[in-house]
Amino acid sequence: MNLSSLVIPVLLSAVAVYGLGKRVDVYSALTHGAEEGLAVLLRIVPALVGLLTAVSMFRASGAMEWLSGVFAPVLELLGIPPETAPLMLVRPVSGNGALAVASDLMDSHGADSYVGRVAAVMLGSTETTFYTIAVYFGSAGITKTRHTVPAALVADLAGFAAAALAVRVFFGNG
Amino acid sequence: MEMTWVWTGMVTLSLLFGLASGRLDAVANAALEGARSAIELSISMAGVLCLWSGVMEIMNACGLSEGLAKLFRPFLRKLLPNACRDGETLAAISANVSANLLGLGNAATPLGIRAARRMARGCNGTASNELCLLVVLNTASIQLIPATIASVRAAAGCQTPFDILPAVWLASVLSVAAGLLAAWLLSRGRVEQ
Repeated sequence: MNLSSLVIPVLLSAVAVYGLGKRVDVYSALTHGAEEGLAVLLRIVPALVGLLTAVSMFRASGAMEWLSGVFAPVLELLGIPPETAPLMLVRPVSGNGALAVASDLMDSHGADSYVGRVAAVMLGSTETTFYTIAVYFGSAGITKTRHTVPAALVADLAGFAAAALAVRVFFGNG
Repeated sequence: MEMTWVWTGMVTLSLLFGLASGRLDAVANAALEGARSAIELSISMAGVLCLWSGVMEIMNACGLSEGLAKLFRPFLRKLLPNACRDGETLAAISANVSANLLGLGNAATPLGIRAARRMARGCNGTASNELCLLVVLNTASIQLIPATIASVRAAAGCQTPFDILPAVWLASVLSVAAGLLAAWLLSRGRVEQ
């Protein structure tokens, strides 16, 4: 038995016991949350169909290789695997698009490969930047966003480079 | 609208590259294959995604998000001193941060918007330095348990989909730090209205 197979059962039971101690109806909360998970899934399915179709065509036509090749010199300088170039282009614009590209990378390289892990960490450490900026400033009535966009893009780029670095730190070069 | 451009661009480039390289048969098959794999992916993601959304909901219901919110108040007071002078704004921002940490995006956005609206009052459509910071903080993901990603990994046949957590945390911290540093550097020397 390895340590990581302890994490999930322990977490599930600890959260349930703690919730029970706080007199929370744990099971209703669980099913209510699961229902929300299903709602999230329903919202992303149509986007996944559209995007995985495009990503799959893009890869089959050889355009993906071309795109990765164009960005390869810059990315290698930052220690980022060039295969993830399409993911980095889509990530700030569309969350579901990034999910589709990342899942394609995991399928074609393997979920436990270096590229597959970097894609997962990139997805987890960045956000849909332009969507977030539009929603926040739109509802607050802000038209002059000043340095928000450049600063947010710096955060994204740092997140991408840090994702590759973090995977090397925790898993080696795979 | 951006995605319209991305999608049209990708499909059209695929056609052009396919024609140029003589791989049009493969491109045609890939289109159908991609659509089919989207549904397969969705179905294999569904279980893990629902389970973790449920666990998050329990955590939320037993007051964990409020606990996290309290934990972050001193840090937020330092980061956004003007905004935090207003008690209600501080409450909204700390709830926004804790919802983000728990991966409750649907809960985080309205809370963050409430804070942003209060912070934007009386500044005539120009974002203050602190409002820029709040938005940068929200464009950099800070999730403790990225359930959606774990479910995609599980769907791709990974046995230990959560083993990337430490790497995600490290990358998130570095990305947030870079964003805050960039926002701070870019705001220097400019007068706040």
